[in-house]
Amino acid sequence: MKSSKFSIGRLQKAPEFFLSREALDLHGDDRRSFLRKAFLAASGVAGAAASGSLLAQTDSVGDPAILNLPAHSTGLGAPVAAKGYGTPSKFEENLQRRESPGLTRVGAASVSFAPLQGFFGIITPSGLHFERHHQGFWDIDPTQHRFMINGLVKNPKVYTMDDLMRLPSMSRMHFIECGANTGMEWGNVAVPTVQYTHGMLSCCEYTGVPLKWLLDDCGIDLKKAKYILAEGADGSGMTRTINLKNALDDVMVAYGMNGEMLRPENGYPLRLVVPGVQGVSWIKYLRRIEVGDMPYDSKDENLHYTDLMPDGKHRQYTSIQEVKSVITTPSGGQVLLDKGFYNVTGIAWSGRGKIRRVEVSADGGKNWKDARLETPVLDKCLTRFNMDWTWNGSDAILQSRATDSTGHVQPTMTQLRAKRGTRSIYHNNAIQSWLVGANGEVSNVQVA
Amino acid sequence: MYKSLSSGCDARLLRCAIARVRLVHVAFARLASIASRTLLFVIFANALTTSAQTPGRPATPVEIKAWDIDVRADFKGLPPGSGSVAKGQEVWEAKCENCHGAFGESNEVFTPIIGYTTQQDMKTGRVAKLTGDTVPQRTTMMKLSQLSTLWDYINRAMPWNAPKTLTTDEVYAVTAYVLNLGGIVPNEFVLSDKNIREVQAMLPNRDGKTREHGMWNVSDKPDVQGSTCRNNCDAKVDITSRLPDYARNAHGNLASQMRLVGGVRGADTTQAAPVTFTTPRPIANSQASTPAIAISAKPDPAKLAAQHACTACHGVANKLLGPSLKDIHAKYRDAKDSVALLAGKIKAGGSGVWGAIAMPAQGHVPDADIRAIAEWIANGDFK
Ligand code: HEC
Ligand code: HEC
Repeated sequence: MKSSKFSIGRLQKAPEFFLSREALDLHGDDRRSFLRKAFLAASGVAGAAASGSLLAQTDSVGDPAILNLPAHSTGLGAPVAAKGYGTPSKFEENLQRRESPGLTRVGAASVSFAPLQGFFGIITPSGLHFERHHQGFWDIDPTQHRFMINGLVKNPKVYTMDDLMRLPSMSRMHFIECGANTGMEWGNVAVPTVQYTHGMLSCCEYTGVPLKWLLDDCGIDLKKAKYILAEGADGSGMTRTINLKNALDDVMVAYGMNGEMLRPENGYPLRLVVPGVQGVSWIKYLRRIEVGDMPYDSKDENLHYTDLMPDGKHRQYTSIQEVKSVITTPSGGQVLLDKGFYNVTGIAWSGRGKIRRVEVSADGGKNWKDARLETPVLDKCLTRFNMDWTWNGSDAILQSRATDSTGHVQPTMTQLRAKRGTRSIYHNNAIQSWLVGANGEVSNVQVA
Repeated sequence: MYKSLSSGCDARLLRCAIARVRLVHVAFARLASIASRTLLFVIFANALTTSAQTPGRPATPVEIKAWDIDVRADFKGLPPGSGSVAKGQEVWEAKCENCHGAFGESNEVFTPIIGYTTQQDMKTGRVAKLTGDTVPQRTTMMKLSQLSTLWDYINRAMPWNAPKTLTTDEVYAVTAYVLNLGGIVPNEFVLSDKNIREVQAMLPNRDGKTREHGMWNVSDKPDVQGSTCRNNCDAKVDITSRLPDYARNAHGNLASQMRLVGGVRGADTTQAAPVTFTTPRPIANSQASTPAIAISAKPDPAKLAAQHACTACHGVANKLLGPSLKDIHAKYRDAKDSVALLAGKIKAGGSGVWGAIAMPAQGHVPDADIRAIAEWIANGDFK
């Protein structure tokens, strides 16, 4: 899709317009009251603004953001180390982890969703990584943390953080997705934005030790061992079974995330990384691994993270997060600035391997075209895709469809429901539809 | 990166290297018996000793016993013990009822534990109400297929605010009580490691699980495959579901949840959707109409209460472990100097005002935050 209407150099709104009217009133010095008049005048000529030129707002002289030198051009800025640990610009405060009202009842057994609509590339900023706690989160003293391996091993061992961090380390990028991500949408549209539909998803670079090394170090009994149990040190003592094939493949005992230590919300100082497998298995505050010969049926394997099928049976140990993708811009709850060129962008991932292809449709799935995949394209990691698109001002339904390296193609909601019904809660990897309305608003819809 | 590392260097290689160092060490030890103890030698030998140690150390049997608490589906790991339904009721009323309700029916803190299972289900081993759409939500008892799960979970994680504080016999007792509430064991029942398998055979949903699916191993075959059609795939596309108008603002103002620059803005969901296209205006900061400059000055007390885990025990409108904030507000709003009074109470904790359960002292919370929360409760401005 090549755009003919791509208008480069369109004037952007001046920064002052970020302030609400009240804020302008509050700070009504001379320059700003001039701007306020311009702002009010502009609201009267919204049509003109919409047509692409903001010059109308400024008496055709020029953009005040250019003509009136701002304080940061005429004054002295802040010194180094003003913040020993830097934080995002205050203008980015809109992008926060948020709870979905009514989903859970208490904050310490709840989930906060990552604002996917605001992310670029594939790495999730550590402070915006989604959260899922079953019994609150802790900031654990790393000097007191211990990690034990026992069960079907010759030498049960205890490791301190010192021990683990002295071992040869590796760093790898992987996505982590909660098994219940998009779970609210099995029956019908329930939430407005990609933050709430898909925000139990993050992607980081993890640093740690391959579990295989540690199991070898303890002399794992490979004849008898079939499963491992991973257990957390927090109140929930979260426990999950991982089959040995996975455990010996790419599972890792990690302390690093995005170049620093894990955040407390994400399991500081130690968590399991189980690439491709639902987030609940990535045990936080990891204190113990037991090697065994049968699955353990822990609470979150028997009562939750089990997928209810139409025949009334629950599927147990549905671990893999299957091929999935979603457009993050334009997406639900957003409004397009005007007609013309847009970079439709989104993310794709698969727990079975790499993303091979992402297709995008602007007509609700009638016709599809290949999107551009950004590099790197990594195993069990988010892949960013982009597609040129021109909005002509009429209704459009945007969708993305991913295919992974095993040839598995992302299904529609209809295809999923035909097999798994609507009460599964977990593992909804359906194609997401965003309706771009003629009024410019994008909304979450399901189509058939 | 990992692939090359793991194939080129694994734990065996690590041990190889360590073994080599050990050999050298032994050679030096022999030398030591011959050589006089020079300072240089001692330093060298120490250096070798350190690097020759495999990282970590053996776990002692007592340590393993302290942490290896899991109870598996075949009851491996279940410690011996017993507890009666009657004793379990005492534990339940003292330590569980507050959150889960007298009959395990409460929906306030978590989904109900008890409900919707029948005597017939106990015969078939399948809960009938799991088919069809007849219940508002699935209870714990409807889903439970292994009794070990219930025992293990209560033992490791309940009560929620004081996990791992029950004795083994208390866990047996309260498990028996939960089973009794579910109509599975009679009032005079005593659950023990001896008879737990018999109760397992009575669980209503004991045959309600399957592991037949393609999502356990990467090599398993997926059960739902998408289409590869690329052109003229569907004759017609109907919108089958969308958010109803009344839910437009249910997640807060979306305009304050999107970046202020870029090709899109957030929709102002405090207003009805525009009929025709209008250029969207950016709205700064998460609290909708709060001006950008004010945001850092005044902390949001609701956020502070969540941050300091007050909300784990206090709902705004509902009683959890502690009274609801609205009830506290009603009690103290007319008190003299109510903010200082509340701040003092929060800092010191206490018991006996609302019931037998104590509120832990909150001395770890910064004074400014306590004061902000106290003001909030005193003003009753919860929206
Ligand atoms: C302070 C509130 C609170 C108290 C007290 C409490 N619980 Fe819980 N309970 C919870 C919460 C919250 C969960 C869900 C935790 C999660 O999401 O992992 C839960 C989960 C459970 C579950 C699992 C339910 C399911 O379907 O996953 C059982 C069983 C249970 N509690 C039993 C008990 C027993 C027995 C006691 C008393 C010894 C107790 N609880 C005391 C809050 C409480
Ligand atoms: C572990 C549970 C728990 C936590 C955490 C908790 N509270 Fe409480 N709170 C209680 C209980 C229980 C009571 C009732 C005590 C009583 O009966 O005297 C209570 C009572 C109160 C009262 C009324 C005191 C009175 O004498 O009437 C206030 C105010 C209060 N809490 C505020 C807070 C604030 C603010 C926080 C967080 C900084 C907090 N609580 C954290 C359990 C808790």
